[in-house]
Amino acid sequence: MYDASNPGVTLEQTDIKIAANKVQVYYGETHAIKDVNIDIQEKTVTAFIGPSGCGKSTFLRCLNRMNDTIDICRVEGDIHLDGEDIYDKRVDPVQLRAKVGMVFQKPNPFPKSIYDNVAYGPRIHGLARNKGELDEIVEKALRRGAIWDEVKDRLDAPGTGLSGGQQQRLCIARAIATEPEVLLMDEPCSALDPIATAQVEELIDDLRARYSVVIVTHSMQQAARVSQKTAFFHLGNLVEYDDTANIFTNPRDERTESYITGRIG
Amino acid sequence: MTDVTSGANMAPKPKTSLLVQDARTKRRNAAEARFRTYGVVAITIAMLALVGLLSSILYNGSSAFRQTFITLDVYLDPAKLDKDGSGDIAKIAKVTTFGYAPLIKKSFEAEFEKSGIGVDGMKSKDAAKMISKEGPAELRRFVLAHPHMIGETVTFEFLASGRIDGYYKGRVTMKSAEIDKNVSPQQLQLADQLKAAGLLETKWNWGFLTRADASENRPEAAGLGVAILGSFYMMIVVLCLALPIGVATSIYLEEFAPRNWITDVIEVNISNLAAVPSIVFGILGLAIFINFAGLPQSAPIVGGLVLTLMTLPTIIIATRASLKAVPPSIRDAALGVGASKMQAVFHHVLPLAAPGILTGTIIGLAQALGETAPLLLIGMVAFVREFPGAPPEGFFDPAAALPVQVYNWTQRADPAFVERASGAIIVLLVFLLCMNAIAILLRRRFERRW
Repeated sequence: MYDASNPGVTLEQTDIKIAANKVQVYYGETHAIKDVNIDIQEKTVTAFIGPSGCGKSTFLRCLNRMNDTIDICRVEGDIHLDGEDIYDKRVDPVQLRAKVGMVFQKPNPFPKSIYDNVAYGPRIHGLARNKGELDEIVEKALRRGAIWDEVKDRLDAPGTGLSGGQQQRLCIARAIATEPEVLLMDEPCSALDPIATAQVEELIDDLRARYSVVIVTHSMQQAARVSQKTAFFHLGNLVEYDDTANIFTNPRDERTESYITGRIG
Repeated sequence: MTDVTSGANMAPKPKTSLLVQDARTKRRNAAEARFRTYGVVAITIAMLALVGLLSSILYNGSSAFRQTFITLDVYLDPAKLDKDGSGDIAKIAKVTTFGYAPLIKKSFEAEFEKSGIGVDGMKSKDAAKMISKEGPAELRRFVLAHPHMIGETVTFEFLASGRIDGYYKGRVTMKSAEIDKNVSPQQLQLADQLKAAGLLETKWNWGFLTRADASENRPEAAGLGVAILGSFYMMIVVLCLALPIGVATSIYLEEFAPRNWITDVIEVNISNLAAVPSIVFGILGLAIFINFAGLPQSAPIVGGLVLTLMTLPTIIIATRASLKAVPPSIRDAALGVGASKMQAVFHHVLPLAAPGILTGTIIGLAQALGETAPLLLIGMVAFVREFPGAPPEGFFDPAAALPVQVYNWTQRADPAFVERASGAIIVLLVFLLCMNAIAILLRRRFERRW
């Protein structure tokens, strides 16, 4: 199920994690996402780029059904996770979101302690049988979130008291504490300074070993740095989806070229 | 046509100094200074009004917490109380309050003889009138509770009558006593002598808080006990019903209900209900809870239900506002780690909204505590001398309420009730202050969880 608009691309890996087919999203009367077909691969960082309002965040939120919380939003077409239709009536979005974690644009730690922030997901999903196991999960998640060393001495301190970059890494640790299979990131660095951004990017690269990561970004440099695959959205259409190197060096569509060279955006 | 905006035609801007204010700046600054002055004036007026109000209430009402007592040795004469000496409580109970009045008269006579005080031409009967009409009744209650004391002499502290009490609070003077049929100058002279002998004392009066209401002609015995208990019971009912129902309603409407015309209509009507005159809720309560459901009149349960109806809109509006104020990112965060909607609301949104909810609830409760009109309609205005029982039965017993008690007392003729009404207002205000303090404490506690 490759994008019809670029049939020439050969994907080396065959492990497809998420397959979207003819996805349409409507906000009331507005047709926000038009006919998107995309295959997201396992253990790969996939970047969604495109000008503001092109629908990349909307599409990202379809992948774990966060759009369900918006009354006027309607999704058509089908999205398969490991071959299962996530919009099937039998699917409980709560179970889906445990498998497909999400990190948001603005760091949004719960106004609780650092420990409770990370432990919340495992607690509600019953991943730990006792306090010892929970401690272990929290530590592991914080280590993988590359923030353990900074917070290990103050796990009881409020998560909201951390700096912006730390908060975002805490949110990432919180998202991976539930052992998701896919991690969605909606412009995770847009509120961060360059140093924090570098830390988060490094983290994303590490996460690739275990998860599929889908990241929406406004920064083309970031997409080039962290992703292996890049999808370019424009006005609700998926214009081009290819290896990141190809997109940035040899785009097929002239809209993609215009965007990455800065003529539209 | 000339293009006025084109730079070529524009006169060069004159050079101005930053050290001189131009006319426009002056006007702006003057407007700002005026606005500040209005603010200061408004606040000053408000503060003065508040100080005036509080000082007048305190001035009139603080004396209600002090009362004049007369201490006498009373010989519990068996010849009067227990004629056949059987000690049978049923027979002793047959002696009415009137039967105890002579005992007090006698003890005055004994006192005159012993300490040599007394006013010429004044009979012991007149002296006995200095004791509150409640005095013999209290003596009788004491004897019925301790029948074995008959035949002995007990030292008893009686309430002085309202006029004697008024004499020591400046309400009654020798001059006014001359034209008052309830008190004579001789009685006041005797009172002074008793005071000198240490038998008459004006002191702190717990009775004002613990006693039941008393009739028109014994203001000295009137207390707030029943009203405080009644108000307390009603607040319990309101809190237990309005808080859970209000919060649950708000959560449903704000977080779960679909947005459509039905919820819009409900929303508008809740806002309207908050503005409905409270007496209308009284009529509703009378029709539904008393006439239809058959609940007893004057009962705290009915009062509580009516006040619940009145408080619900306040709580719902406050709760919805504070739920709305919780940033959506918190909901997203919870949903994003796989919490269900309900978990997101109860684990994250509700704790963050709690300070606002509590404030709204306490404001609603305070409003309910001070509400009079609806209670008049459901019979809380009745004269209640019996304390309501312990909960839960007590909720169905007749009781008074603080604001209604104030209303009641202000209607009575005896000037002694003026201080009592003001005293009741002080009690009401203290209760409100306590509730606000609790609200602030709770807020702090919840907010400290960052």
